[in-house]
Amino acid sequence: MTGASDAELVARCRAGDDDAWRELVDRFSRYVHAITTQVYGLRGHDAEDVFQDVFARVWERLHTLRSDDAVRPWIAQLTRRTCIDRLRSSGRELAVDPPEEPVEERIAELDEAMDVHAALAGLQPECREILDRFFVRDESYRTIGEALDLPAGTIASRISRCLAKLRGELEGRNTAPTTSGEQVTR
Amino acid sequence: MTYDEEQIARLLRSLPPAPEAWVEAANSLPSVRRELDTLVEQAERDAAYRVQLLADLDAALRTAGVEPRPEVIEHLRRRLEA
Repeated sequence: MTGASDAELVARCRAGDDDAWRELVDRFSRYVHAITTQVYGLRGHDAEDVFQDVFARVWERLHTLRSDDAVRPWIAQLTRRTCIDRLRSSGRELAVDPPEEPVEERIAELDEAMDVHAALAGLQPECREILDRFFVRDESYRTIGEALDLPAGTIASRISRCLAKLRGELEGRNTAPTTSGEQVTR
Repeated sequence: MTYDEEQIARLLRSLPPAPEAWVEAANSLPSVRRELDTLVEQAERDAAYRVQLLADLDAALRTAGVEPRPEVIEHLRRRLEA
């Protein structure tokens, strides 16, 4: 991970940089997977086919993206369309409630989760790993202790410390300086 | 915006990793497409090769070092039949 902005990553992908492409896939794979499986309820081969179709379309159409900064909403839109096409072509009911609001809300929540994951990427590797293992991979204290060679009794306090650091990182990201140097909180 | 720890934990949990094999296949997209370009260019130059290729796309992809995933076979077939 280089910590490049979305726009930088898109520009490098467009220039044919395979490492940038891998980083872009790494950055958005959870997002595409979550929209496909959590928002549209696709499973198994359907979910896998949509996932591959989305990244194929991203690769083929990256040059059509109007604003490189807008790659995330663009990928969300591509994923939504691909999921809907898949459900329609298989003659199934959409696994989401019409009208659109619930989908918008669920994707907005995934966008927020993407911000949290971006903040997580800014932490020290030890914190990234322990938070990822506990919260994302749902590993027990015992498994984490064995994997990281830590006494089980120290895991809870480490998780708590790392969560506090993550919160600090997140709140720092949401406080951006303006051109006048004034702080603005989203 | 402020976050409490429960909210952060819930948001972390809401984005589990995609299956590794899926990510790996997506990662290899540029190199796979380059191999397909080579096969299609060769088929455009050589009609006999095109027939041979269409007869067994799976084997042709394996020979080129490309995993013959269904979407890759379909993509190659579409390009050869275009």
